[in-house]
Amino acid sequence: MSKNGKYKTAPLKCWARVKELRKKYYEDYAKAHDRNGLRWAGGAWSFSAIPSGLGEDVWSLTSEPYAASIAFNKEFSLRCLEATEKAGYARDLCAYMRNYWGSIILNEYAFGGTFPKPDFIWQDHICCSHAKWYQVVCDLEGVIPHFSMDVAAGPYNEIAPHKIDYLVNQMHDGIEWLEKTTGRTYNDELLIEAVKNEFRSTSTWAEICTYNKHVPAPLEEKTMYSLYVLGTLDKHSREVADFYEELRDEVKDRVDQGIAAIPNERCRLMSDTQPPWGFLSIFRYMEEFGAISVGSLYTYGLIGIWEDKPDGSWGPRTTPMEQGIEIKDRDQALRLYADWTLSKPEWQHFYSPHLKTEMMARIAKEWHLNGILLHYNRGCEGLSVGIAENRLGLIEAGFPVMAFEGNMGDEREFDEARVRVRFDTFMETLGIKKDGKS
Amino acid sequence: MSQASLDRETFEVFRNWRINRAQYAKEWKHRTGGKVMGYFCTYVPEELIYAAGILPVRILGSHEVQDVTEPHIFAMFCPFCRDCLAQGLKGKYDYLDGITIAQSCLHIRQAFTSWQKHIPIDYSYYLPMPHHVQSPRATPFLTKELELFKGSLEKWLGKTIDDQAIDNAIDVYNRNRQFMWKVFELRKGDTPPLTGEEAMELVLSSQMVDKQDHNAALEGLLTRLSKREKTRPAGTRLMILGSEDDDIEFVRMVESCNSTFVIDDHCTGTRYFWNNVESDGDRLGRIADRYVTRVPCPSKDWPNRTRVDHVLKLAKDYGVQGAIVMQQKFCDPHELDNPALIKALNGAGIKTLFLEFDVTVPIGQFKVRVEAFLEILQEDDLF
Repeated sequence: MSKNGKYKTAPLKCWARVKELRKKYYEDYAKAHDRNGLRWAGGAWSFSAIPSGLGEDVWSLTSEPYAASIAFNKEFSLRCLEATEKAGYARDLCAYMRNYWGSIILNEYAFGGTFPKPDFIWQDHICCSHAKWYQVVCDLEGVIPHFSMDVAAGPYNEIAPHKIDYLVNQMHDGIEWLEKTTGRTYNDELLIEAVKNEFRSTSTWAEICTYNKHVPAPLEEKTMYSLYVLGTLDKHSREVADFYEELRDEVKDRVDQGIAAIPNERCRLMSDTQPPWGFLSIFRYMEEFGAISVGSLYTYGLIGIWEDKPDGSWGPRTTPMEQGIEIKDRDQALRLYADWTLSKPEWQHFYSPHLKTEMMARIAKEWHLNGILLHYNRGCEGLSVGIAENRLGLIEAGFPVMAFEGNMGDEREFDEARVRVRFDTFMETLGIKKDGKS
Repeated sequence: MSQASLDRETFEVFRNWRINRAQYAKEWKHRTGGKVMGYFCTYVPEELIYAAGILPVRILGSHEVQDVTEPHIFAMFCPFCRDCLAQGLKGKYDYLDGITIAQSCLHIRQAFTSWQKHIPIDYSYYLPMPHHVQSPRATPFLTKELELFKGSLEKWLGKTIDDQAIDNAIDVYNRNRQFMWKVFELRKGDTPPLTGEEAMELVLSSQMVDKQDHNAALEGLLTRLSKREKTRPAGTRLMILGSEDDDIEFVRMVESCNSTFVIDDHCTGTRYFWNNVESDGDRLGRIADRYVTRVPCPSKDWPNRTRVDHVLKLAKDYGVQGAIVMQQKFCDPHELDNPALIKALNGAGIKTLFLEFDVTVPIGQFKVRVEAFLEILQEDDLF
């Protein structure tokens, strides 16, 4: 920790590009039918490279980031949440899901116009809500062809051929279903290209995150949310894979030049689970203490794919292309894709919170952290599962932990003032005062 | 002996098993020298455990307020999973030699993982039960997982689980299901010879005792039920469905209001025993297929919501006039199904009462609502 140190800062050069890509993503989906293209909806974790084999005019709307965009707009979000509750759905269900359903019920697209109904649903399932989310979408919008895959084959440290087979066989079934549903002939070349793009983007994102091990950190988490989101939208696209390489080069350059995310970094933290999207200002409040969240298992491992490096550190997983593997056919592409994705860090805690605690403790150590903020997130049971055990485990491992309750997508369940007070107290326990206070 | 005494005695053995589950398990261990395995979800393939000479017992809560799980499970998860863990933390299941879970909802698995971490236990096993049970890929996957589970049990016990033991376990479990079916068939009659409370006692006790003991008791029960005087009018015929629910007191209260639960869709009811292990094919494959094709928990019922047709069929077959939908607080899988189920039931002319419950049921408040609901249904009968 650099006491009262001042670092030089600079805005990200690629900031405008990331905003442009995100805007284009939502527009492409909405306008797909104008181009005689196809629209599909599914989760950010779905095997999005697979529908790419249907053609280059296929656009998606991934549910969680779309719902997070709604949550950021508190007025619209509240209307969505209330519409969902009025339709009879429980208030304690996933907040993303409720925002998304509300957008359908109100028939309002968060980016303008009416809600664009998908041509088919392509989803995966690991938490209780994933496939069920779209079952309700079908209840609300009328019948939409729906294919969901089960990915809960067990933790990656127990990977076995039959687990890969389970996923790959469902993928093959899914491709057959896609052909039947859309009437299109599937193109394996497009699949292979998309899978390779995804290997590249998810590994590169992990590499970008490793640069935050540097003190001062070149990125802070609030900014990272705007960057990682591309991987939740279109991780299989060439544009996103190329963008992440561009970003990686810029972040590396920031490290080389000593450019920091905040000028007064003196306390390094990480968060956990999604933030309360309507209240990202809390990250700016933290900066008043010289405190920076350098990321989280969430921002690193939601889309980033990682591996143990020979020196014992955590780093980007080596892609099949880097290993010299030539992908020749559909089955090989799907096998590599299944194995790759099953190693996703944010899937491991579904089987045991203790696996997550180990990963978090590892981040805390390798990223030189002073403390950990745990968002007990009422809006997401999937990422909050086991969080109380994470708290116990991290404390046992010797890390200061601050827990706070909130909701990523329901502003009615986040008390900003109280969280700020709690943060003040946490800073006090770490012996850190606000800038200008002696 | 009075009819009331006879009635009590008819179900006393089952009731005692449920209430004195710990004593039963300890005596069973003493009697057989076997081990006892606690399980957290009815997707656990008990046949395999039983074939290993182990007594599988379901871990359930106590319906008592507790203050020991707050550090372990975030309060947004269902009270049931916290109540289950509380039993372990308070030493109520100190007779268990092992614990296991078959992957189902996120809530209950936290009771399992916290138990693993904080309660000393000789053996634990997480079985990745597939979610996509509507896929043809689920049974082959589960079959392989059962092979691994079998191997793990064999390693723990230091003995082989042979084919004969598996065949015997399948037979014992299938017989239990058949007996339960026969008893439940009787509930279709105009004057069911058993109440919903008694039916719940049967299912709950079957999750806690050696199925051979349970089979013997059920066989005797069937004989007694055929002779039982049908003096208790059914009143309004109800169905109960929803989240995990072993709240005998609630069921008793409802049935004290001139009504009878004639059928259910609960994992503490029909979902537990509705499907058999079939007789053709390899042993583990058959067991796997049974758990894949059983009446599903909503967490596994996708992309099609097959439960709707199943529930409507049950309602029709059992002459149901009204349904009480029990929603365990925070139970997401059921929250995701209930609006569609309620709509379907109402569409079929079956009125519903939705109640959200905790591990402690507010009997007084619920009674007012139940009485109002029954009044509405009884008015329907008049007009």
